[in-house]
Amino acid sequence: MLIEAILAITLVGAAAVLLTPDRLAPKLALAISGLPLLGSLWMWAGFDGRGNALLGGRLAYETQVPWLTLGAYDLSWHVGVDGISLPLVVLTTILTTLAILSAWTPVDERQSQFYGLMLFIEAALLGVFVALDFFVWFVFWEAVLIPMYFMIAIWGGPRRRYAAIKFFVYTNVASLVMFIGFIALVFGLGGEVTSFDLPEIADALRTGSPDAFWWIDGPTLKAAAFAAMFFGFGVKVPIVPLHTWLPDAHVEAPTPGSVILAGVLLKMGTYALLRFNFTMLADVAQAWAQPIALIAVASVIYGAMLALAQQDLKRIVAYSSISSMGYVILGLVAYSTYGLGGATFQMISHGLLSGLMFMAVGVIYNAAHTRMVGDLSGLADRMPLTAGLFVAGAFGYMGLPLMSGFAGELFVFLGSFDAFPGSVVYTTAAMFGIVIVAGYLLFAMQRSLFGEYRVDTDYDVGRAAFHDVFPLLVAILLIVALGVAPDLFFGMIRDAVNPIVAMVGGGA
Amino acid sequence: MAAFELPAISPQLVLGLTALAVLAYDSVYPESDNRNVLAGLTTIGALATIGVTVFFLAEGVGLERPLEAIGGQIVVDGMSLFFTFVIASVVAMVSVASYDYLRGHEYQAEYYGLVLMAALGMTLMASANSLATAFVALELASLPSYALVSFLKRDQGSVEAGLKYFLIGALSSAIFAYGISLVYGATGSLMLADVAAAVADASAFAGLLGVGVLMVLGGFAFKTASVPFHFWAPEAYEGAPAPISALISSASKAAGFVLAFRVFVEAFPIADLAGMGVDWVIAVQILAVVTMTLGNFAAATQDRVKRMLAYSSIGHAGYALIGLAALTGGNDSIVLGASMMHLLVYGFMNTGAFLFVALVEYWGIGRTFEDYNGLATQAPVASVAMTIFMFSLAGLPIGGGFISKYFLFLGAVGAGFWWLAAVGAVNSALSLYYYSRVVKALWIEEPAGDLTVDGYPTGLYVALLVAAIGTVVLLPLFQPVAETAVQAANVLFA
Repeated sequence: MLIEAILAITLVGAAAVLLTPDRLAPKLALAISGLPLLGSLWMWAGFDGRGNALLGGRLAYETQVPWLTLGAYDLSWHVGVDGISLPLVVLTTILTTLAILSAWTPVDERQSQFYGLMLFIEAALLGVFVALDFFVWFVFWEAVLIPMYFMIAIWGGPRRRYAAIKFFVYTNVASLVMFIGFIALVFGLGGEVTSFDLPEIADALRTGSPDAFWWIDGPTLKAAAFAAMFFGFGVKVPIVPLHTWLPDAHVEAPTPGSVILAGVLLKMGTYALLRFNFTMLADVAQAWAQPIALIAVASVIYGAMLALAQQDLKRIVAYSSISSMGYVILGLVAYSTYGLGGATFQMISHGLLSGLMFMAVGVIYNAAHTRMVGDLSGLADRMPLTAGLFVAGAFGYMGLPLMSGFAGELFVFLGSFDAFPGSVVYTTAAMFGIVIVAGYLLFAMQRSLFGEYRVDTDYDVGRAAFHDVFPLLVAILLIVALGVAPDLFFGMIRDAVNPIVAMVGGGA
Repeated sequence: MAAFELPAISPQLVLGLTALAVLAYDSVYPESDNRNVLAGLTTIGALATIGVTVFFLAEGVGLERPLEAIGGQIVVDGMSLFFTFVIASVVAMVSVASYDYLRGHEYQAEYYGLVLMAALGMTLMASANSLATAFVALELASLPSYALVSFLKRDQGSVEAGLKYFLIGALSSAIFAYGISLVYGATGSLMLADVAAAVADASAFAGLLGVGVLMVLGGFAFKTASVPFHFWAPEAYEGAPAPISALISSASKAAGFVLAFRVFVEAFPIADLAGMGVDWVIAVQILAVVTMTLGNFAAATQDRVKRMLAYSSIGHAGYALIGLAALTGGNDSIVLGASMMHLLVYGFMNTGAFLFVALVEYWGIGRTFEDYNGLATQAPVASVAMTIFMFSLAGLPIGGGFISKYFLFLGAVGAGFWWLAAVGAVNSALSLYYYSRVVKALWIEEPAGDLTVDGYPTGLYVALLVAAIGTVVLLPLFQPVAETAVQAANVLFA
């Protein structure tokens, strides 16, 4: 019941914040977001799950009650966490609290609506990570879109309407394709499944295989479903070439919106890929390892090159997400303990790092009212703490040892190096992505943060308020903590991905 | 055996008696505009009807075997109770909302009396067990509706809408009546069961019967605002007072559907008719596809909100037609039940949407999408409700509309008509475009000029909130609705 309690508190809190006056909303929202945060830490402390949720593992905090029994498939309220979903739940609650704090300075109109939506997004995101029934999962999956659309469209930058509608249309079409693909797969399984329960479907796919559905034969159906879902989730991740919504949405969104978008929303895509494509349809994924790895490397390199070409600090950070998510895909397709585990760890690590970077850019923008690298110089003089945290975050991004980025990328590379024929080539190519990352981040920092102070603005650029810098500090502490002791999460992650590795007969 | 049994047609009796009470009050206090009494009586009558209906359903009345009344002319079973619940719920919301909408208006008692009479006609349509009762009930539902549509006598649009509605209604009534007479000629009976029995060996009159069946179908197409008898709908919905638009587009449509379900399933068994070349399922499939596509495309091109809702209502008639169009696929109870569920959810979300329009009309803000710009800054609670209606109508999973559409399409696929589901899904995805335009106007666009609203009328807000809560709550608590609907559909097929 702990999960239900957390979801209910978040939802009720969201409604309460919507109804409070603007003046009180920021503080109330912060206080309320502390409750799911404490709840998720409680879950983490008392976690007793074993194995993988879809492969017969023991779930923690599980509940299953019937929802709808009609027709051939039962629907049930089935929630629970395993070692893959729990870290993402914790990431969501931490980042939401930090994002709410980071909104205090920039968001100054329609505050109660803004903070209410933040909590709605949090509830929907938590639902995505804990749901184990396809329909419950899909309800939450779609429910994330609506508040995020409003957040971009109302509080975003100058091109917010275009960005919001692009985000909505892209991800909604992707959801539709994914939905059709998955439903067709389940129909193809015929009498082997009697519900939309994900563990049951995974089990049926492991032991049997879909029959012909209409004129499509079983293996083709499986491949088509894999392709449809890979497309659907790939938009969310995003992978090259489905990434074009991302820079618009991330740049136009208000800072806290970008934090949630990059920090958690992208992980919905990789999480779903891991659960659906790479666990349920592991044989197809393995057969297509080469093209998938190629897409992963293309995302890493192309995303980094795009970041290299940007002048806007926020755009640089936005594009760098595409690059980082490429590592996740590479880790997934490696099918080894370090590959899958590293991919999951990288999701957490990138969530914290990108959240930190977006918040740092936001603090700089709040002060200077510009984000263009060319217009900024020597900010470290006026905002030493912010600049220092930005530098720390950038080094984390580049994979400095003892920070979480290093651990995540190292695990991925270790896992993928000799995972399948030719993987050494892909891994080596992907490693060069780090070089490009170092290139654009160092260049951007050198020009905007260091040197002589010279910013062409009418605003008085000074030290940021404590509540602006505090979330950055928390994020960097967590990043270092995860870098020093990856086992805070990696232990449970490894435990949850090992059944997948065992299933496909992969290595460490 | 209970010591005292309610008559089988209690829901109808309650509505009829309430109508008489309203008229009696009017004859004692003519010209009265005591809104408290009139709207209160109507609402209490509707709530009592809901109460009786729910009590019947909870006691299992008609869910195992139908009850008959008045010599078999009227039947009370799960389906009729299910739709009585839908109709009475809509009437309750409409009468609460009308309390404010009709502020300062004359002929109040007549208005509520007509609403109750129309509702009585609709509930009788849900219970009609012979073609004669069906015709009488349909007229009882239609005649008050014509008057209600043109209720704003000084508004040219309202009068014109009423006239158009009446002319097309009269034409389709004639067609319906002629169809009934042909069916009678071919089968020698008006009772649904006897017609069905005669159909089995009426091969000599197959041509006559076929024309009759098609004409009866036309009568239903009028009442449900389906192609090809949909022309009246956009004008009537737009011109009518918005609460009446809600009543006609939600309750009256549901009543048309339940009558169509019963008549076609009971009296014209497809198994017998298909053999003689009168395959009405194919006709309904064509109607369903054309109706949903036409409704959706036309809705996408509107620039007035109420007219968009009118066309979207035609589109939803197309979805609901799947209940008949996907029969014979071996999944009959599920598809018919899904169609019933959709009409119930639709009763809440569509009524709510029209009541929001009523609220905007009450404030005297314009009718186009642009006029709605920035309303959320003035009326956030009502805007949240409208957002829920719009997204639920579009099938996003924040309301019952998602789950009822899912069962409709799943049922169609299960019956083998995957293309029907595909057309429905594509249309449903398209509909998000025009529904989200309303949401965008409310929340995202800046208001033009200084936008102020004139108070927050309690009645309209209560009705809106009831509709919104109903829409949302139907998502998690859908199981009883789904169970009742499928059980009721089963009784019909038994």
